[in-house]
Amino acid sequence: MLRIQALTKTYKNGEAALKGVSLGVEAGEIIGLIGPSGAGKSTLIRCVNRLIEPSSGRVQLGEVELTGLSGGALRRERRRIGMIFQEYALIERLTVMENVLAGRLGYTGFWNSWFRRFAAQDVQRAIALLERVGLIDHIDKRADALSGGQRQRVGIARALIQQPELLLVDEPTASLDPKTSRSVMRLLTELCIENRLAAIVNIHDVVLAQAFLPRIVGLNAGIVVYDGPASGLTAEVLTSIYGEEDWTRTAAGEGGSDDGEPLVIARMEAEQ
Amino acid sequence: MPTTRTATGKTSGWRFKTWRRTRLEWLGWLALVALTVLCWRVMTAGTIWSFVEDAPRQAADLFGRMLPPRWDYANSLWRPLWDTINMATLGTAIAIVVATSLAFLAARNTTPSMLVLRPLALFVIVASRSVNALVWGLLLVAVLGPGVLAGIIAIALRSIGFIGKLLYEAIEEIDEMQVEAIRATGASPAQVITYGIVPQILPAFATISVFRWDINIRESTVLGLVGAGGLGLALETSLNTLAWPQVSVILLMILATVVFSEWLTAKVRKGIL
Amino acid sequence: MIESPLVRWAALLGIASYLALAFATIDVNWTRVSEGVVRAARLFESFISPNFTSRWSDIQQGTIESLTMTVTATVAGVLLAVPIGLGAARNLAPWWVYGICRGVIAASRALQDIIVAIFFVAMFGFGPFAGFLTLTVSTIGFLSKLLADDIEEIDPGQVEAIRATGAGFWQVIDFAVASQVIPRLIGLTAYKVDINFRESSVIGIVGAGGIGATLNTALDRYEFDTAGAILLIIIGIVMACEYGAGAIRKRFA
Repeated sequence: MLRIQALTKTYKNGEAALKGVSLGVEAGEIIGLIGPSGAGKSTLIRCVNRLIEPSSGRVQLGEVELTGLSGGALRRERRRIGMIFQEYALIERLTVMENVLAGRLGYTGFWNSWFRRFAAQDVQRAIALLERVGLIDHIDKRADALSGGQRQRVGIARALIQQPELLLVDEPTASLDPKTSRSVMRLLTELCIENRLAAIVNIHDVVLAQAFLPRIVGLNAGIVVYDGPASGLTAEVLTSIYGEEDWTRTAAGEGGSDDGEPLVIARMEAEQ
Repeated sequence: MPTTRTATGKTSGWRFKTWRRTRLEWLGWLALVALTVLCWRVMTAGTIWSFVEDAPRQAADLFGRMLPPRWDYANSLWRPLWDTINMATLGTAIAIVVATSLAFLAARNTTPSMLVLRPLALFVIVASRSVNALVWGLLLVAVLGPGVLAGIIAIALRSIGFIGKLLYEAIEEIDEMQVEAIRATGASPAQVITYGIVPQILPAFATISVFRWDINIRESTVLGLVGAGGLGLALETSLNTLAWPQVSVILLMILATVVFSEWLTAKVRKGIL
Repeated sequence: MIESPLVRWAALLGIASYLALAFATIDVNWTRVSEGVVRAARLFESFISPNFTSRWSDIQQGTIESLTMTVTATVAGVLLAVPIGLGAARNLAPWWVYGICRGVIAASRALQDIIVAIFFVAMFGFGPFAGFLTLTVSTIGFLSKLLADDIEEIDPGQVEAIRATGAGFWQVIDFAVASQVIPRLIGLTAYKVDINFRESSVIGIVGAGGIGATLNTALDRYEFDTAGAILLIIIGIVMACEYGAGAIRKRFA
């Protein structure tokens, strides 16, 4: 249902983040994308919804070729793809409800969104989702008043209210403590199964990935080096993904920001 | 803030804002628009609109007369330029001396008297800050007569409040541990200030002074308009005699001076930090 | 501070000779200055006994002109500064819009308000309309620069998240950008009201209306008691503005 073919991305500073990645995701399939910092995980998922412009290659979602689109057509296709971020990326000064409803912006005209007049079924769905993620009592709180785990649940609700076919999840647990991480991962996988959603989950933590994600894709220096079941992650495979000395420590699971500098540059390029 | 309507405990609907709040906000915007329109009507009551309509022609006429600039006039501007720089520099220097002592009197942790000297110092700082340098210039020219001296004092009077305020805030924010450490050695009050406090505020002091000098260069270029000497005085004279080609030379000179002082202060600030 | 003693002495010598030269070139008319002491005493006296009454209608008109200029110029300035500020943010605007908007900002900041006022008076005639235009230009230069710098420093993650939902450009501005920069914009606007009033007390000197013109006239006539009254009014309104601006900043933080 998602087809990525020979995708490459070279940043303006000459750094090659992706060197020909091909990947297929079936409807309802959840895959974990693992790899060391700078392997190109964040770049890859951002190339799918074109927050970052790929240099070459093709991305197909269902029957639609995403790589050729621009303007309104691209925005219409983005509505089919929900995204969840490492630092939650909530609008800090808006309320929980406004943040969730922001997921419907692609379906709402500008003036209606300006006056926060969202369709009645959108509001109903937002309430249902907030009940599902357990935040209905915080509906009118400002996002910056919530804890990390609560924020990530709002982020999940915002992605799901789009009623997407595909979820792109960027390090959902890297800013959370181990216990909250597990409960967020559980919620995420449950929701994917309930809604028959396909998902690509970038994740540092190999143990967490193995526990929740049936299929694992290993990325190293912009190349797919492993694609198979989580049970196939032997020490040998992990060495090929993370390198000789690094992987045991990475598997212990402390997250930092993934390829920081180039990402900032790419975002600025994408804004233009 | 938005509200939820809850019926029998279960959230059934949601509205971004209550009606009351929406109405209040619209009233607020309406009041702002009404105030602006009212102010506009009062302000333009005496405006002669035919002058306004004529403005583009006037502007074209003006620029026509300003061009080409009378370049050789620049040679008689070196003295006013020297005066301008002196007004800014000497004014800043005087202000630094006065403001530093004021700052120590005004800072809560160094003032010798909370009841008398501190409020007095704060009052001087506020009074100095509330009056624009050009207004100080007007007053001083009326008192001392026109000339550079009035300009220097005007610059100094305006800068005292600025430097004093920033400096006393810096003094109040110092690390008290270092001061205590010096005091514990048995140092005299003067030694406590020079060893415990001065090293801590020196960077802030330098940055504030340089920053104010830059502002003062800008202000001293126009102080002459009220009779306080420098480039502004040359501008005033040229304007009064309708010597527009000279006006454009003076404006370019002012612009160059301001740009140069901005460049210089940026350079110096980098050196300090 | 400076390592080499040679450089240190050279610097001290340079400063000393500059000061000597600077002081030597100040032309001071000492007889005029000594008269000034008497005038300063009179000025101080009249501050203690300000005269609001004998020129009251002039003072009143000047104050009203200053206040109306401040309000209209701030409103007009904000309305123009917001689009210019958006266009001058590197992370939102295409390069040519960015270039134009940064150019407008640089031009409106290049010359001091009072010089801008001279030109507007020459073009539009004496009176508060020229002052209104001057303060509008100054508000654009101040607010759009700070707004643009603010927008360039917002959290790009929030922008990315809203774009990822399929939102359009203006929806991204509304949700991701405006929510981040508006509180500070409100604070800066309140601050600029304060500055604009202070400036309106100055640009009257060159004929752009407002209380500055009244003050200038009073000082020309050596009516120090009236000047004292005007200065007290200016200081009072400035303090009220400062207090109001502080309250607004606290409310919207």
